[in-house]
Amino acid sequence: MIRLLVLWLCLAWPALANEQIVAGLSQNRVSITADFDGSEILIYGAVKRDEPAIKTPPLHVIVTVEGPSTPLIVRKKERRFGIWVNTEAVQIGRAPSFYAVATTGFLDDVLSETENLRHQITIPRAIRSVGISSQAKDSPGFIDALVRIRKEEGQYRLDERSVQLTEATLFRTDVVLPANLTEGMFRVRIFLTRDGVVVDHLERQINVRKEGLERFLTNLSREQPLIYGLLSLLIAVAAGYGASTAFRLLKS
Amino acid sequence: MQLYLPIAEVSVNAFLLLGIGGIVGFLSGLFGVGGGFLITPLLFFIGIPPAIAVATGANQVVASSISGVLAQLKRKAVDLRMGVVLLVGGLMGSTVGVWVFAVLTARGQVDLLVQLSYVFFLGFIGITMFAESARAILRSKKPGAPIRRAHTHNWVHGLPFKVKFRASGLYISVLPPLAVGALVGFLAAIMGVGGGFIMVPAMIYLLGMPTKVVIGTSLFQIIFVTAFTTIMHAVTANTVDMMLAILLILGGVVGAQFGAMLSGRLKAEQLRILLSLLVIAVAAKIGLDLLLRPTELYSLAPGVLP
Repeated sequence: MIRLLVLWLCLAWPALANEQIVAGLSQNRVSITADFDGSEILIYGAVKRDEPAIKTPPLHVIVTVEGPSTPLIVRKKERRFGIWVNTEAVQIGRAPSFYAVATTGFLDDVLSETENLRHQITIPRAIRSVGISSQAKDSPGFIDALVRIRKEEGQYRLDERSVQLTEATLFRTDVVLPANLTEGMFRVRIFLTRDGVVVDHLERQINVRKEGLERFLTNLSREQPLIYGLLSLLIAVAAGYGASTAFRLLKS
Repeated sequence: MQLYLPIAEVSVNAFLLLGIGGIVGFLSGLFGVGGGFLITPLLFFIGIPPAIAVATGANQVVASSISGVLAQLKRKAVDLRMGVVLLVGGLMGSTVGVWVFAVLTARGQVDLLVQLSYVFFLGFIGITMFAESARAILRSKKPGAPIRRAHTHNWVHGLPFKVKFRASGLYISVLPPLAVGALVGFLAAIMGVGGGFIMVPAMIYLLGMPTKVVIGTSLFQIIFVTAFTTIMHAVTANTVDMMLAILLILGGVVGAQFGAMLSGRLKAEQLRILLSLLVIAVAAKIGLDLLLRPTELYSLAPGVLP
């Protein structure tokens, strides 16, 4: 019984004496309108604690922003008969459409591999790729390629030391959402770590939605594809007829 | 001004799209072609997903063809009966094409098919047209050279099911126009083009139609085939982006009118040789992409849940 109590105390102690995150977002809703050109979200907060902060090991903050995940196919080109064609392909179970990691220090210093495994924090951890090793010879190469392509497009980002932490209490960071954003619920996670171990974490959501005309067109194309197609044609017919009539009138 | 395209889910510059539409429209008005063979590769180039570029390109061709056919109708340069026969073939070809497109998209080989079709058809048509117009220009400089006959009788004229095509002055089997229509419909579906650049030479050299009705009749049937393709792509894959289409069309119809004005000032042979050079350039660019090692060997495509 006493052993159990000690065990419970050991497990629960860090949580009790814990430092807790209090956080906010500059906006919890992003509207994709026709002139949407990316957005910047300010994630800020403070660390709440009952006693003065201990100096070592130092406190670190990791912030992740994750867009809705979708299944993906990664294809590799090879030279066949003198031309470059898609040959091998790997099915990725789920990969986030957007993923940004911001930290106060270098990721290797602020997060241990065990904790990364538990909370799935780094970019490769955010990609669920169970069972890909049977699909291609060099399956890790496909994951690397996925991360590389998305990083180049600005969809995946690792910004080490971009979170500002003041007096081990106040933190803030800006996360830039690119212009080619997919709609859905974006998950924001904030982790506090000491010596690579997560001491507290908090989750918030940002609702990214198409609005106005964008929303109307997307819904119409999915729910009434025939009407949508006919409407597209009508515009083409009207524009073609209108232009030739207008120019004839201009000439005469 | 950046504009977020709702279906493509990418943000592009609106003036860039108007410009692309305008340039392609100008060329299509100048040469009397739909311009799909230019617009689809250009859309790939600025980062529009291939499936959306093909479907939206077809929608744009509808607008530019209507703009063109109205002028031709006024000149009575449309063989409606021939147009309908080509159209029946075209709809059959388009149905098969949309189906093949969907199957190949799932297998990851659609880019290859589209690129190979471009290289093969554009290269072939471009070189043939270049050689033919170069000969015509040389001939015009050499007075007294024999004039080519408008059309010659060949195996095409021996087939059954003969029909009179009055506007073209032809009495031939319906099978060759059906086959030409089907081929063009198939290509329209997988390449996002109207197929005018194949249709026009096929009508002149294969069917022996008089040149004055060729462009109008080709445009007439292209309207319906690309309209059908647009609807099929919209219904089967939701890949028509209306916002993208509107900008391309706006640029295109205005550009087409300026192109048509300029075309009146150039000689037919000069026009054809310029068009053939343009077609060869597009084919060569796409061919090089296939032959040279790409900078990124991997590509991403949306997957399905296993």
